[in-house]
Amino acid sequence: MSIVMIERKVLQKNDEIARRNRALFFSHGTFAINLVSSPGSGKTSILERTLEHLKGELQVAVIEGDIQTDLDARRIASHGAPVVQIVTHGACHLEAQLVEDALSNLDLAEVRLLIIENVGNLVCPANYDLGEAVKVVVVSTTEGDDKPLKYPAMFRNSSVLLINKIDLLPYVDCDLERLRKNALSINPGLTIFETSCVSKQGVKEWCAWLRSKIFFVSRS
Amino acid sequence: MHELALAQNIIETIHQAVPPETWKDVRVVRLQVGTMAGVVPDSLQFSFTALVSGTPLEEARMEIQQIPFVVECETCGQTSTNDTGISCCGECGSGNTRIRSGTELQVVNLELEDVQEEAV
Ligand SMILES: Nc1nc2c(ncn2[C@@H]2O[C@H](COP(=O)(O)OP(=O)(O)O)[C@@H](O)[C@H]2O)c(=O)[nH]1
Ligand SMILES: [Mg+2]
Ligand SMILES: [Zn+2]
Repeated sequence: MSIVMIERKVLQKNDEIARRNRALFFSHGTFAINLVSSPGSGKTSILERTLEHLKGELQVAVIEGDIQTDLDARRIASHGAPVVQIVTHGACHLEAQLVEDALSNLDLAEVRLLIIENVGNLVCPANYDLGEAVKVVVVSTTEGDDKPLKYPAMFRNSSVLLINKIDLLPYVDCDLERLRKNALSINPGLTIFETSCVSKQGVKEWCAWLRSKIFFVSRS
Repeated sequence: MHELALAQNIIETIHQAVPPETWKDVRVVRLQVGTMAGVVPDSLQFSFTALVSGTPLEEARMEIQQIPFVVECETCGQTSTNDTGISCCGECGSGNTRIRSGTELQVVNLELEDVQEEAV
């Protein structure tokens, strides 16, 4: 038997493309976020509230990942933001290559903030770097407080946690303190916001955080 | 499940690492997979076997070395390990920690059967 040494990351090719995407964002002073959650936690709704809040202030573009449809992309387009749709045809996550392809249809020159809505899934997208500055994970109060413990990789790789559907707290069995504690035990560095896309609670704070990051990126 | 996509990447890695005439001689592909890599070893193995069946790589079997999740504490200096993915120090509870291992996902090496030289 003979041994051939390889020592190569399984996702090396993806990581290399992600690095190219990151360099492109950097050169344009674009702050890119990768928005991840289970299906239905409220990614598209948060995007819409964010677009409304930042409208007229700074240019936001969106890449929409969806397994099968362009429904979310249409919701975003109705807000007047440039949006590129990626249909993954069944694949459960976005890859850096798909984002690179989508970027050829976007002029980043004026874009200060790029939000990439990933496919609804808390497992697979954790492994795939898209070139984003940060991953933002959304959990809604209807999903229970143990999500971080069930999907540790995603919470470890994210920088921000949005606890969404906070308006439903009185009606659901979700212990907010336990949810926070669970998330922070996986990733003590998480920045956490509580949001509601109905009452718009927390949208202002979330957008203030975005603004501070965008300011930093576009000046460096 | 993305294990299928990962298995496909692993096959491409093998294809790039050794010349096509030796693919049929590959017996083992060795991987390191961290327990917190977000990958299910059984599914990865299953996907790999399914994909190589009927191809020159069909004699290759996947060997996965699982790497434990190890957290090093900046506060008390201890290292601790757990299989829940909790990043807080197992000794003192501090959140000021660094992850030393457990998120790996890499192909380490291949084992090829030596082809006997034709006797002259
Ligand atoms: N009550 C409540 N419903 C919400 C909130 N955010 C989203 N939803 C609803 O949850 C459903 C899924 O939202 P969507 O944004 O499509 O989730 P996505 O799959 O993560 O993009 C929709 O019916 C939304 O109207 C919220 O903060 N409160
Ligand atoms: Mg959506
Ligand atoms: Zn400690």
